Amino acid sequence: MTSGDPIQPPRRVDRAGLVIAALLAVLAVVLVWDARGLQSAAMYGMGPEAMPVVVASGLALLAIGNFIDALRGNLPPRESTDPVPVFLILVGLALLIAIIGLGGGFILATSALFVTTSAAFGRRAILIDALIAVVMSTLIYLAFDRLLTLSLPAGPLERLL
Amino acid sequence: MMDTFAALAHGMAVAVQPMNLLYALIGVFLGTAVGVLPGIGPALTVALLLPVTYKLDPGGSLIMFAGIYYGGMYGGSTTAILINTPGESASMATALEGNKMAKAGRGGPALATSAIGSFVAGTVATIGLAFLAPWLVDFAVRFGPEDYFALMCVAFVTVSATFGDSPVRGLTSLFIGLTLGLVGIDKLTGQARLAFGVPELLDGVEVTTLAVGLFAVGEALYVASRRHHTEEKLEPVRGSLWMTREDWKRSWKPWLRGTMFGFPIGALPAGGAEIPTFLSYSTEKRLTKHPEEFGKGAIEGVAGPEAANNASAAGTLVPLLTLGLPTSATAAMMLAGFQQYGLNPGPLLFAERPDLVWGLIASLFIANMMLLVLNLPLVGLWVRLLAIPQPWLYAGILVFATMGTIAAKPSVVELSMLAGFGVLGFLMRRFDFPIAPVVVGLILGPIAESQLRRALAISLGDPMALLQSPISATLLGVALIALLAPFVLKGLGRFKANED
Repeated sequence: MTSGDPIQPPRRVDRAGLVIAALLAVLAVVLVWDARGLQSAAMYGMGPEAMPVVVASGLALLAIGNFIDALRGNLPPRESTDPVPVFLILVGLALLIAIIGLGGGFILATSALFVTTSAAFGRRAILIDALIAVVMSTLIYLAFDRLLTLSLPAGPLERLL
Repeated sequence: MMDTFAALAHGMAVAVQPMNLLYALIGVFLGTAVGVLPGIGPALTVALLLPVTYKLDPGGSLIMFAGIYYGGMYGGSTTAILINTPGESASMATALEGNKMAKAGRGGPALATSAIGSFVAGTVATIGLAFLAPWLVDFAVRFGPEDYFALMCVAFVTVSATFGDSPVRGLTSLFIGLTLGLVGIDKLTGQARLAFGVPELLDGVEVTTLAVGLFAVGEALYVASRRHHTEEKLEPVRGSLWMTREDWKRSWKPWLRGTMFGFPIGALPAGGAEIPTFLSYSTEKRLTKHPEEFGKGAIEGVAGPEAANNASAAGTLVPLLTLGLPTSATAAMMLAGFQQYGLNPGPLLFAERPDLVWGLIASLFIANMMLLVLNLPLVGLWVRLLAIPQPWLYAGILVFATMGTIAAKPSVVELSMLAGFGVLGFLMRRFDFPIAPVVVGLILGPIAESQLRRALAISLGDPMALLQSPISATLLGVALIALLAPFVLKGLGRFKANED
C-alpha cells in the first residue's frame, strides 16, 4: 500500500511537528487569557478559573513534549497527500453552510456538498451526480421531515413539495 | 443473585413488547447497513444514526441503540473480511486472517464464524454484564465526589496514554478534548468560558457535532487526500456460506477464549478492544494445530479476535451503565444518546429507571439473536452495499453526517464547527493522533471538573480530601502509575537498545 511513497527519512527536525507544538502553546495562552476575565465566586474550593488553568498547564507541557518529538524527528512517517480533493470537499462544506445560512434549504445545500465530494473522489459526470444528489436529498427530506417529523430547513425547493 | 434474575426477567418483558422488538430490528438492520460501509466504524455508525432516534421515547431509542451498536460491530467485521479495510483498530486482527480466507474462496465460513462467534461472545458477555452490573452499582453508590473524580482520572490516563503508540500524542488528544469541554457557561457560577461572545457557544460543544466532524468528515477528507494510495478490492463470497464440521471444531474454543479476553478487559475502566483482540490473535496462533495456515487464512484467527471484539464491546457497557464512564469512542456516543434525554447513566439510573436499564440489557440479548438470524441470509445485500462506488459512498456519508447537525441545530455556527472539527480530524489522522481521547475528554472533562469542585467544596477547600478517601487514593495511584509506566518502559527500551 505504501510502496513507492516518498517517506520522510527519520531523525530530522519535523517542521509540521513544530507547528503543532506552537499551536498547543497558543491554545494554552488563550485559555489563561480567557480565564483571567472570570470571577472566582467560590468561597471554598476552586472557582471557574481553576480548571482552565489546569488544562492550560497540561497543554503547555504537551507543547514541550511535542516540540521535543518534532526536534528529534520522532513523528510517525507520513504519506504524500493530494491537496486538491481536500480543498474540493471544503468548498462543498462552505457551499452547504452558505446555502443553509442564506435560506436556500436542505435539498440545495446537501446536493452541493454531494456533487463536490463526488468530484473530489474523481467523478467527472457532474450533471448525473447532481441529478442523483437532488433525488436522494429530496427523498431524505421527505423521510425525515414528513415521516420522522424532524424539521429540516426549507428553501424554495422544499416549499414546492 | 435472584434480584438479577428478577430484574432481567422484567427487562425481557419490556424488550419483547412488539414496538420495542420492531425498534431493535430497525436498529440491527440500520446498524449493519451503515457499519458495513467501508471506513465507518461502530462509533460513527452510532453517531450518524443518533438523529433517527431523536423523536422516539427514551426506552425505544435506547433499545434501537443496542441494535445499532451490535449491528455496527457486525457490519465492521464483514467489511474487514471482504475488503480488508477495518473501520477501526479492533477489527484489524479480524482483517488479518479473514481477508486471506476470503481471497482463498473461504469468505463464507469466515463470515459465518465471525457471526456465530460474535453471537456466542455477545451472549456470554451480556450475561456477565447483567451479573456484574448490580454488584458494581452496590459498590458505586458509596462513591463520593472525590472518588468519581479519581475514577475519571484513571479513565483519562488509560484511554489516552497507556495503549497508544505515543503517550504524548494520546494526551495531546485528550487535552484538546478537555479544552473543548470547557467551552460554555460554567454551571456553578453562570460565567461564560471560551465563548468569545458567540451566543451559540454558550451551550458548549455538542458531542455529536464533535464526533461526526472528527470521524465522518475527517475520515472523508483523509481518504480523499490519499486516494492515489489505496486500492480496495472487494472479495466476492464464493462457495458455501456454511461452516464444515472441521470449521466448527476449530472455532468453538477460540470463541470462548476470545470472550474470556474481551469481557474482563472491556469491563475495566481502561477500555479498548485492541488489546483483547490482539491477545486473542496471538494466543490462537500459539495454540493452533495448524500453525502453517496462520497468515494464509486460519479460521481460528477470525473466530478468536471477533469474539474478543464483541465481548469487549459488551464489557465497555459495564463502566458505562454502572459508573457513567465511557471508555471507548462507541461508549462515548452511547452516553451522548443517554444525555439527549437528560439521562445520566450510573448507580442512580439503576435505582430510578430500572425498566430502562434492564430493558436495554435484555435488548442486547435480542439484538444479538436477530443479528445471527438476519445476517448470514442477508449477506448478499451487505456485499452489494460494499460495492457502492467510492465517490457516491463518501458523498452520501457527508450528506448524512451534515444532516444530523442540520436537523439538530441548523445554524451557520454549528455547521462551521462541524467543518472545523472535520479539518481537525483530518489533521489528527494525518499526524497520527488518536481520535477517541478527544471525544472522551469532551464528555468526561466537565463531569470530572464538577465532581472535583464538589469534593473541594465539601472539604472546605482542603485538597487532602482527595487522598483521605481510600478509594480515591488508590485510584489516583493507579492513574499515576498508568501515566508514568509508558514513559518508564520507553526509557527502559531505549536503554536496552543502546546496550545492544
